[in-house]
Amino acid sequence: MSVEPGSAWRETPLIFERSRPGRRAGRPPRPDLPVPELPDGLKRARPPRLPELAEPEIVRHFTALADRTFGVDTGFYPLGSCTMKHNPRVHERAASLPGFRDLHPHADDEDAQGALELMWHLQAMLAEVAGLPAVTLQPAAGSQGELTGLMLMRAYFSDRGEERDTIITADTAHGTNPASVAMAGYQLAKVETDARGNLDLEDLRGKVNERTAGLMLTNPSTLGLFDEGIEDVARIFHDAGALLYYDGANLNAVVGRSRPGDMGFDIVHYNLHKTFSQPHGGGGPGGGPVAVRDTIEPYLPSPAVVRDGDVFRLDHDRPKSIGRVRGFAGPFGVFVRSYAFMRAYGPDLREMSDVAVLNANYVLARLREAYDLPYDRLCMHEFVLSARNLKREHGITALDVAKRLMDYGIHPPTVYFPLVVPEALMIEPTETEPKERLDHFVDSMLAIAREAAESPEVLKEAPHGRPVRRLDEVRAAKRPILRYAFDEDPALVD
Amino acid sequence: MGYLSLTDADRAEMLAAIGVSSVDELFEQVPPGVRFDRALDVLPALGEAQLARHLEELAAKNVHTGSELSFLGAGIYDHYVPSVADVVLSRGEFLTAYTPYQPEMSQGTLQAIFEFQTVICELTGMDVSNASGYDGCTVAADACFVARHVSDRRKVVLAEALNPQVRQVVKTYAPGFGFEVVEVAHEGGVTDPEVLAAACEDAAAVFFQQPNYLGCLEDAPALAAAANDAGALPVAHVDLMSLGVLEAPGAYGCAIALGEGQSAGNWPSYGGPHYGFLAARMDYVRRMPGRIVGETLDEDGRRAFVLTLQTREQHIRREKATSNITTNQTLLALAGLATLSWLGPEGLREVGETCLALSRYVRERVPLEPAFDHGAFKEVAFRTPIPAREVIRRSRQSGVNPGYALGRDYEGMDDVLLVAVTEKRSVEDVDRLAAVLEEACA
Repeated sequence: MSVEPGSAWRETPLIFERSRPGRRAGRPPRPDLPVPELPDGLKRARPPRLPELAEPEIVRHFTALADRTFGVDTGFYPLGSCTMKHNPRVHERAASLPGFRDLHPHADDEDAQGALELMWHLQAMLAEVAGLPAVTLQPAAGSQGELTGLMLMRAYFSDRGEERDTIITADTAHGTNPASVAMAGYQLAKVETDARGNLDLEDLRGKVNERTAGLMLTNPSTLGLFDEGIEDVARIFHDAGALLYYDGANLNAVVGRSRPGDMGFDIVHYNLHKTFSQPHGGGGPGGGPVAVRDTIEPYLPSPAVVRDGDVFRLDHDRPKSIGRVRGFAGPFGVFVRSYAFMRAYGPDLREMSDVAVLNANYVLARLREAYDLPYDRLCMHEFVLSARNLKREHGITALDVAKRLMDYGIHPPTVYFPLVVPEALMIEPTETEPKERLDHFVDSMLAIAREAAESPEVLKEAPHGRPVRRLDEVRAAKRPILRYAFDEDPALVD
Repeated sequence: MGYLSLTDADRAEMLAAIGVSSVDELFEQVPPGVRFDRALDVLPALGEAQLARHLEELAAKNVHTGSELSFLGAGIYDHYVPSVADVVLSRGEFLTAYTPYQPEMSQGTLQAIFEFQTVICELTGMDVSNASGYDGCTVAADACFVARHVSDRRKVVLAEALNPQVRQVVKTYAPGFGFEVVEVAHEGGVTDPEVLAAACEDAAAVFFQQPNYLGCLEDAPALAAAANDAGALPVAHVDLMSLGVLEAPGAYGCAIALGEGQSAGNWPSYGGPHYGFLAARMDYVRRMPGRIVGETLDEDGRRAFVLTLQTREQHIRREKATSNITTNQTLLALAGLATLSWLGPEGLREVGETCLALSRYVRERVPLEPAFDHGAFKEVAFRTPIPAREVIRRSRQSGVNPGYALGRDYEGMDDVLLVAVTEKRSVEDVDRLAAVLEEACA
């Protein structure tokens, strides 16, 4: 590694490269007892090459890595469909209370009354938001909520003696929808989006039949548009005896304004890490509770959190349940945070969605002249622009815009999704951004549009102010290096 | 609302820029029939100080592991979480970032995941690890999906001594994969390799746990060999904290090693969030579920890290993906990385030796008959003269939680108590346990 100003930020050694034989931090207690010999074949032959460091360098290492990471705490993060809102710090303090953090999941119900009470009230509040009566907190993330929803459909139809094998998804759907369909063992059919960004009802009518188990839909869609024909959509499915599944990825748009259950959805998942402010943690943990209608409640995962008078308990006696989808009763620490978040708003939770939608429409109004707007409507909590005008006129792509935004201190929006929009830039400001941050983002996007005409090479070479420049992703996939190659392991280098 | 910044003046200016007169107008695209026009019926709002107090009161209603001397384990363990884990958990950059789709913004998270993958590979003896799974249960279901793609066979075999919750999750997922699930009973606390071999015929994958849920050390190499001989993938469910002293699954022929990472760096937290890990031989790399970080170069030739092999994943492959997973458990996995780095190879070996020594001491000291005649790592099962649940109830009146009643999971084991130790328990703690159990069973 070269010694030059700024080099430490630009390249940080791997923790294994900081390691020196004989150094150590933790010294576990060693009782004065003989250590039993392990049988041959069970005893570790070669010690694992864990890093060897004392505490100061461990702390500096992770601090250096944090310095090279951009979070919502660092700045504006309008990553569409991910709802990168502020994460209140009181949540972290609460989740660390010994009564929560050190509570063993095998604790008897009577010893976990505080936890169960919190979970029961969280279920009730989520049920009210969805407009559906029953909630399971167990699924670990949105995608597992989706899979759980599809398993619920299977159990529901199987119990009724109906054989249905097809799930319909929109062409704007998140990739998780078709992937969940495949994992659940269903066939996939796709429905198109019409010119206004709604589901194409004619296309839909031709595809729904007695083999259709259900629909998976995000509403508002990944285009950030509320489906204006949602009542007709629900009627088409229900008339065919099929079910509607609501992918709650975009629930942040409609809390207290419209409820999936009232729209006609039978099964809903929430993303607690999006709408209800569980921190995203660099890719998790999340939480993916699922709400359902009465008719589907018997199939919900086991155990369920129930209330008998003033006592709360886990109910394992659920004969029609699809079974368990995750360990224990779900990611409890996530529930603490989302419960705290909902309690901070109370019945004013609608304000969250109102400001999210206001912020998005404001940014859209200011950007619509400089970028193509494929669906010219008011948006909900997010919207999709296209950089195809910049590409056509200056050879500048959505990726170039994204990389250049980094130089303005902004995390890029989601790019190239949804797939129905070429050169897509999917922008979700969230409700927690002040107007000045929105204006700074808009001014940056407008400056980039000007740069595209005046100095496109600056965009092509962006980012300029990050620890690394653009990466050779093809090389990473073609010659995968997926772990550190220790000195004595040259085979792993190539 | 202290989480929102817009002033009345901001709102007026923004509405004017949009060209509408009110926020209500923005919601006119919602058809009137599905608008929600009353206040949400949820619990009342609390300011931060009241909220903090309310949550403290709820937390105080729970009896946590620190409020008694606890020997409760059975899948979730009270190992020490070092303070360096807080460096990861409390830095806002790690806490509030998302999946590192934009590598130039996320080199810190990406490098840390690459280091996590390396640590998991080292511990398990495998070639490739993903960036984590939801927990120790769902990674087993993920491994079934790997097996479904590399094999035409449609059966998985689970040792009955594998964690019951892991088995339940596999059974929940199996119908969607078109898999039949077969369970192999334990014989006196361990899985008989010959019985397993008979069940392995026509199986796509075979799952066992080392050390198993009953606390016993399996003859893991023989179990892996039985699977390999039958052309089934051997999958070992292992405890990271045991792998300083117990052999790595990769060294005895496993195709996949996975497990629950909680014991290494996460608090019990009433069941989560924790991290699952899943590592495999290079043969299966393109069938791996979830995120994987790889090393590459940037335009200046500088080493850099990036999400790679993404053509496996749902956002590219959609219905042909190897899994539907997107969000995983990165933050918890990085706490695991910090913890394992703090221990280092010596510390992890010492934790293991302390568990081995203390569990042997428990076996000798507790005045009950061991339920099984096999070696242990950190858990020992005992026969109790009265139902184990009653023994637990009585012991807790003396401030000692002696462990887990295996009858909660296994028929015919109502009189079996599973006692867990970690390096946080001492000789004196075990002496106290022995005294309390003697009284409770009298």
